[in-house]
Amino acid sequence: MANKDAGNGVVRGRRSSVADLHVDESDILNISDIMGDAGWYAKDRMEAFKVYKDTPMPSLEDEAWRRTDISGVDWEKFSKAIRDDKDIDNMAEVPEYLLNPLVGDRQGGQIVVSGRKVLQSSLADEASSKGVIFTDFVSATQNHGELFSGYVSKLVSIADGKHASMAGAMVDQGIFVYVPAGIQVEMPLHSVLWLNRIANFTRVVIAVEKGGSLTYVHEISSSDEGSEQLHAGTVEVFVGDNAELKFVEMQSLGENCYHFSHEKSQVGRDARLDWVFSAIGSKLTKSFLDLDLVGNGAWGRMSGFYFAAGKQHMDHDTQQNHRAEGQTSDLLFKGALRDGSRSVWQGMINVEPGAQKTDGFQANRNLLLAKEARADSIPGLEIQADDVRCTHAATISKLEEEHLFYLMSRGIHLEEARKVVVDGFFDPIMERIPFEGVRERLKSSVVDKMA
Amino acid sequence: MSAVLEIRNLHVSVEDTDILRGVDLTVKQGEIHALMGPNGSGKSTLAHALMGHPNYEITDGEVVFKGEDMLELGPDERSRKGLFLAFQYPVAIPGVTVANFLRTAINSRRKAEDSEDKGIPIPEFRKLLKDKMSSLDMSHDVAGRYLNDGFSGGEKKRAEILQLATLEPDVAVLDETDSGLDIDALKIVAEGVNKLVGPGLGVLVITHYQRLLSYIVPEHVHVMYEGKIVESGGPDLALKLEELGYEWIRSAHS
Repeated sequence: MANKDAGNGVVRGRRSSVADLHVDESDILNISDIMGDAGWYAKDRMEAFKVYKDTPMPSLEDEAWRRTDISGVDWEKFSKAIRDDKDIDNMAEVPEYLLNPLVGDRQGGQIVVSGRKVLQSSLADEASSKGVIFTDFVSATQNHGELFSGYVSKLVSIADGKHASMAGAMVDQGIFVYVPAGIQVEMPLHSVLWLNRIANFTRVVIAVEKGGSLTYVHEISSSDEGSEQLHAGTVEVFVGDNAELKFVEMQSLGENCYHFSHEKSQVGRDARLDWVFSAIGSKLTKSFLDLDLVGNGAWGRMSGFYFAAGKQHMDHDTQQNHRAEGQTSDLLFKGALRDGSRSVWQGMINVEPGAQKTDGFQANRNLLLAKEARADSIPGLEIQADDVRCTHAATISKLEEEHLFYLMSRGIHLEEARKVVVDGFFDPIMERIPFEGVRERLKSSVVDKMA
Repeated sequence: MSAVLEIRNLHVSVEDTDILRGVDLTVKQGEIHALMGPNGSGKSTLAHALMGHPNYEITDGEVVFKGEDMLELGPDERSRKGLFLAFQYPVAIPGVTVANFLRTAINSRRKAEDSEDKGIPIPEFRKLLKDKMSSLDMSHDVAGRYLNDGFSGGEKKRAEILQLATLEPDVAVLDETDSGLDIDALKIVAEGVNKLVGPGLGVLVITHYQRLLSYIVPEHVHVMYEGKIVESGGPDLALKLEELGYEWIRSAHS
């Protein structure tokens, strides 16, 4: 009971004096000022901060955090960065390769944000003329407040967790994508949030209304150089009835970055969400990724790729929630781990009482490339309907000497042989990614990680 | 000059147990040798040790191939020099197609020759693989399947022969290529091997049974027992073994 919240926001325990950000209302007001918050968000921000203060920092004693230890985070350093409103020293430029289109060779729009600064924001006329909105967070709150306020915080509640309220209270950038009912956005959209501050807070909202369709690639990235970084973010994804969204998220944060995210999607009647995650960066990741299928016949697929090295720690917590009839969810997360890195995947399929004719699948497969690497894989099913088909699988395998010997006996060098096995391991996840450019990026990240 | 594989006084141990206790054997390009012997006599150990499996420790003796000491080389270098092992139990490599795997193997060879090499052009590789599959009467579908993944026993052995045909080694060791095959599959595999034998290929056929040797006819037959070659002769030696069984070897050499 050492770290339980006593109800007044003070976490009792040995580390209580340091295990949180030390910022107060005036710091939040200051952020609000600097950001030029519209009135409604200034209010939301303060609301989120109150919840934040009342929420204890999670610890190993919380079920969801049992395998991810954040007691070593230097919150004081991040508090100071927030209070001083300071960019990171030696700000790195956004690397050119992040700007390449990852889907097709044409883009319907691109937003590049470095820190708080919007470096680029474009949207093709054929989309904007149909009412499509693709803009950064600040502009969304200021220029599209009425619309945006109907979505933000509606899926990821500030009460969902410490880092959800943290992002809500301190957000300093993000993206808003809106596709009106019945509009098909033919060309893919692409955004890059390049995090060059010590403490970074982002919110992303995607709303594809009834019958609309969109392909969207979003990347968060930062430099491996420099001091430790913090990122807390939320991602909210609305897919209306009969709408279709292909959403690719790339996480290539620097190896000094603590990354916390709360992400939720809501998929309506006969709608489709094809959700791809790739994680190669960060020092430590804790992501909550929830798929909520709310309409009859909704379809959702979650495909995760991760590759950890060094001392990286990646923890993905997924939920597939079936709330109506005739739905399908299909999750596959595959990860490779080298050196002393570690991964955690904890997945749950929830089938609510009325969700008959559910097809639910989940599988997590890990490949350990080193003795010191470790993967934890915890599948789960909670089924309250009787006419369903749900399966789950979790595997942790090692790179086997017999495989390497076999490949080498055909003349293939050891390093190449290792790569062949790893490529083969990832092949099923690559096959689920419908974009050549994304597959190429992931393949080249495998090469980098193996080097 | 034809390539020669010379095994001299080879001693091999596995996990500190001596398995091979002084093997002498010479296989020349163009020759077919059979190595027979009861289970546990060390035949497969010889195959793995020749290819350089890390768990097989060479405690004495030498292996010279094309005049070069092979024991200093890794398995990949031995392969690139022209040695091939058809495995008794080929492992499955999920996610890696037969075609992709063979192209990687070919490119490793080309790269070793010329570090600037860009790899075999895809159309050229496709044609090569098709030709090899056709020459072995194999379905072309195999190229797109994951290597040995879900393959039947016969399919695995044929895939080994396809690799042999594609990589064109000078000397090939076939480790119990007949094991686990019914007579029809055995015939198909043997036919494949027979299409490849000739002046360019030396073969060491390792087998427990004589039956494979009715299809792949050796010029030289050797019998291994307790880690040594105890008898060598012509094809009639295999027939004698078939007739008398390994008891004859055991009583003669224990």
